[in-house]
Amino acid sequence: MNINIKVNNKTIEVKKGELILDALNKNGIKIPTLCHIKDSFPSGACRMCLVENVKTGKLITSCSNYVEDGMEILTHSRKVIESRKVIIELLLSNHPDDCLYCVRNGNCELQNLAKELDVRERRVKGNKNNNFIDSSNPSIVRDPAKCILCGRCVQRCEVVMGVSAIDFVNRGSKTIVAPAYNKGLNTSSCVNCGQCIMVCPTGALTEKSHFNGLKSALDDPTKTVIVQYAPSITVSIAKEFGLQAGRDLNGVINAALRKIGFDKVFDTSFSADLTIMEESAELIDRVVNGGKLPMITSCCPSWVKYAEEFANDFIPNISSCKSPQQMMGAIIKSYYAEKVGLDPKDIYSVSIMPCTAKKFEAQRDEMTNKGISDVDAVLTTRELIELIKLYGIDIDNIEPELTDSPLGARSSAGKIFGASGGVMEAALRTAYFKLTGTELINFKIHSVRGSEAIKEARIKIGDLEVGVAVVNGLANAKLLLDEIRNGRSDLHFIEIMACPNGCINGGGQPIGSETLAVAARTKALYDIDDKESLKVSHKNPEIKELYDDYLEKPLGHKSHELLHTTYNKRKVFL
Amino acid sequence: MNTSKNSNKDFLKDLVLKNYTKNSYSNEEEATLASIRNEHSPFPIIYIGAGTCGLGAGARKTVNATKKYLEDKGIEAKIIEVGCIGLCSSEPLLDVKLPGQNRISFEHITEDRVELILDNVLNNKLPDVEILAQFRSKSDKAWDGIKFLDEHRFFAPQTRVVLKDCGLIDPISIEEYIARGGYKGYLSVINKYSPMELCDEVEKSGLRGRGGGGFPTGKKWKFANSTPSDQKYLICNADEGDPGAFMDRAVIEGDPHRLLEGMAIAAYGIGASKAYIYIRAEYPLAIERLKIAIKESTDYGLLGHNIFGNGVDFEVKLKMGAGAFVCGEETALIHSIEGKRGMPRPRPPFPAVSGLFGKPTIINNVETLSNLPEIVNKGFDWFASIGTENSKGTKVFALSGKVATTGLVEVPMGTTIRKIIYDIAGGALNGKKFKAVQIGGPSGGCITEENLDIQIDYQSLIAAGAMMGSGGLVVMDEDTCMVDIAKFFMDFIQRESCGKCIPCREGTRRMLEILESITSKPAQGIDTLERFKGVLYLEKLGQVIKDTSLCGLGQTAPNPVLSTLKWFRNEYEEHIFERKCPANVCTGLRTYIIDVDKCTACMACLKKCPTTAIIGAKKVPHFIVADKCIGCGACFDACKFGAISIV
Repeated sequence: MNINIKVNNKTIEVKKGELILDALNKNGIKIPTLCHIKDSFPSGACRMCLVENVKTGKLITSCSNYVEDGMEILTHSRKVIESRKVIIELLLSNHPDDCLYCVRNGNCELQNLAKELDVRERRVKGNKNNNFIDSSNPSIVRDPAKCILCGRCVQRCEVVMGVSAIDFVNRGSKTIVAPAYNKGLNTSSCVNCGQCIMVCPTGALTEKSHFNGLKSALDDPTKTVIVQYAPSITVSIAKEFGLQAGRDLNGVINAALRKIGFDKVFDTSFSADLTIMEESAELIDRVVNGGKLPMITSCCPSWVKYAEEFANDFIPNISSCKSPQQMMGAIIKSYYAEKVGLDPKDIYSVSIMPCTAKKFEAQRDEMTNKGISDVDAVLTTRELIELIKLYGIDIDNIEPELTDSPLGARSSAGKIFGASGGVMEAALRTAYFKLTGTELINFKIHSVRGSEAIKEARIKIGDLEVGVAVVNGLANAKLLLDEIRNGRSDLHFIEIMACPNGCINGGGQPIGSETLAVAARTKALYDIDDKESLKVSHKNPEIKELYDDYLEKPLGHKSHELLHTTYNKRKVFL
Repeated sequence: MNTSKNSNKDFLKDLVLKNYTKNSYSNEEEATLASIRNEHSPFPIIYIGAGTCGLGAGARKTVNATKKYLEDKGIEAKIIEVGCIGLCSSEPLLDVKLPGQNRISFEHITEDRVELILDNVLNNKLPDVEILAQFRSKSDKAWDGIKFLDEHRFFAPQTRVVLKDCGLIDPISIEEYIARGGYKGYLSVINKYSPMELCDEVEKSGLRGRGGGGFPTGKKWKFANSTPSDQKYLICNADEGDPGAFMDRAVIEGDPHRLLEGMAIAAYGIGASKAYIYIRAEYPLAIERLKIAIKESTDYGLLGHNIFGNGVDFEVKLKMGAGAFVCGEETALIHSIEGKRGMPRPRPPFPAVSGLFGKPTIINNVETLSNLPEIVNKGFDWFASIGTENSKGTKVFALSGKVATTGLVEVPMGTTIRKIIYDIAGGALNGKKFKAVQIGGPSGGCITEENLDIQIDYQSLIAAGAMMGSGGLVVMDEDTCMVDIAKFFMDFIQRESCGKCIPCREGTRRMLEILESITSKPAQGIDTLERFKGVLYLEKLGQVIKDTSLCGLGQTAPNPVLSTLKWFRNEYEEHIFERKCPANVCTGLRTYIIDVDKCTACMACLKKCPTTAIIGAKKVPHFIVADKCIGCGACFDACKFGAISIV
């Protein structure tokens, strides 16, 4: 049902029971917000969305009040604008005035609002909080001085991730968002997913930069710097360079990385194919030989840490396969090094990931071989964009290039790893072939695609009906795990990705992307799968070559040494 | 003892509670009731005011001294530790009731004075001390020449509804409460009215929330009553956090069953079978008393399942709060009970629709609930007949500060503040000149001499730029600096802010900083103009914080500043332009000088100075370096020769 309200002296028609904020947005009126998270219970913390209720003369928050018939609202009266401005000034009075040095310079909601509200002098002065930067965590750096306490990260961590590594600590103006007991983030239950960074309006949460190590390696003539980039990367940077969201810049990225100075450019989608070979073999082994089921994917390091902390009863269920990043790292420093005659010590292995947890994963003890890490530095998509700008590369005028061989070829099954359900789809394609000896007639498994929290399917493979589930968002994972704890037993294989929508919306991706942009990236991945003919991992010629020359067979001796790992129970608080 | 307790219990349950409509009793029954009320005791009864105020004044020692006295002399007498009767500044109070004689009350009975009092009174003589008053009774003999309590300056103008039995009855005896008519009202309510009818009656009585907001109680109950749900909750807000407010504590300590009965009545009206009392952990005595009261009334079947066979269930749980001021705010309080951080959330939804654990919840304050038993007993119309047009009944105030008599007073709505301050409390302390009274704690405002004649009710106080608040009255005299007072409240508020919404979190702190800059020694580079700009900004900031904050705490946080700015702007200006504190309170603005002629160069002041601002040596007259001096006054106190003066 529709009702009429008067906004800025003009009558508009709105839906009954709608939030004022939504109604205004639909009618082309922009209302600033800082703490608002769409479709979740209003926090009411930032007070930026205040509008004036003409009848009562009071300011009300449009994020928590609903439209009423005959309501009269002023969205930009003098009182409203001045109040919003004072609020921003109050925030700034306790904010380090160092925008020029801030990683979010130019992409900061506080900075934008200060500009929009015409803040031109320091009217409010006073003492600033003396907070320290917390760089204890391998993935995420907290700078409470820049935090405006909007609480979006707290909500993300609690509601979407079910981790609650951070919350409000202390009272009054001493309040900060911090891990329990205000200790370092490394001692907390943080799973390094970086979704907090994605919602942070300022530079209070950022990834831990690996720039310095990388730059030294690039300048070091004794080092061979090899880079791999994740399946999502090529479709995630276009918008940041003013191009259409989701456009695939595969060849351009290859060329750009070489211009920056990387000696070899490989595609993590190759090792995604490798993962599928190992993981599908492991699944079949578990099914045939009565191993622990359901088997759960291990590609997502946030999920793995979550399981080690909160769901360690499921550790035996997690596939022992390393993630594609780590498999690629391990292969570069073994097979590839041998093949081209390099000492693994002279290789500096870099990965570019849409993810902050990969920084954590790369430094896990289990991810080393004879004291040498599989991967030396991990950059996020955001860092890649900075790197391209730093080295002055004009991506509009650059000739696309191919990846290097032999670790550059990929199937489109490896490419769709970036989307939630992609690992599942790729694994099923190969498992089907391995079990039946024939290829699937229709490679598209629609029931595991899309952005729903939990997707399920029952797939007939020969005589076997396989129950699969795909989950994104760790809080959703808990729901499914609880079902299994309560006796559910019809599932064989589960894909769990920590971030909503999977890696394509990972914690290392460009900040401030709208839902539409994320959807465009996802679509781009599936379009590639549609267009290309090599749709299954087991037909990737370079994968075949790798097994023939070096690994022999999936789950073989070499594979176990290089491509598989173990997990350990962790304390939630150290 | 136990058998008499059990026989009393049977008597009270079967004769009094089951026959709750019965009003007259046989002589024998009446005698039993009177003996339970300690009216017909064969031996003396000694009442000692042992509420928190009494204990603070040494009542524990008085109790022990009394016990020892009775033991040493082999006298059989009963000691009852009662709550506060209201005269906190006269504690420890010791009353003696001899068989057949009126209870007589003595003030300031510290342990050393126990013997003097008891030696005399127990021998039917009056000691040569100031006697507070004697209590009035129907049958007992009066003491000659001693005025009655209801004639006492402090008590005469009061109408005691909530405090009716506070300080009179034994707070750990449910028997005495029932023997005085307690819980009969509750039982009659659940038999006579449907829950909705009760809400109607309470609404008609005009009872409004005593916690500060003043929302009509019956109307509030109806919201929860009419929201369908499998479970509803009543919460008693006993998180009394305003500086200068101690009414709720006194009621609970002195008469806990009154609160429990009130809660039972309210719960019935709401349709709640479960209730929480959210009480601050800093009130250990009140918590102890409540625990006993809950246990006793459960034993009597007044709490629990199917109460007195009426098919009504009611259960009360205690929840201790950690003493955060903001947890007095309804939604923060609910979060705290749920085990979450005590932070307010936006409303709607209102707690009456979705509150504790997402269920309809009504939160009432201790005083509101404690009004209910008497309203039910004397009638809803009776209550409506007290007070003013829009504010019915009485209001309890906690008097403190620079006032002759501090304590608790309960007056009908419509009483003037002048009457409370001057007639009841005896005016400002030590004959000083009254300056203002802060009403409503940190959320309230100042009432000055010129506004003293306004009648207390919800509307008129708001019109005067203050608010009822929970009922703290802090009296200030000519020696009080109003800027300092504003600073005190601002400091309190900015510390107690939960930190959630920006205007309250950041704004109150900036307001405090501006006040600090006005009251401290001018720092280099901050000239008068800067300080003046600060004051101008203070008003603007205050208005924005009021307009934009999330909860009541923030919305009222600037009140002390805005109110003092309104009434005492001259004091602010003097601080800024003259750099002087007219009341000489703000140490930062004091300048001390040493009179060389009077200085004996003893170095006493020099040694005390915390900032080594005094130079000099033995036999060399001393000198204060103004730049280093912080105005603490240590030198002034140290000088025995009057050589140091404030200019």
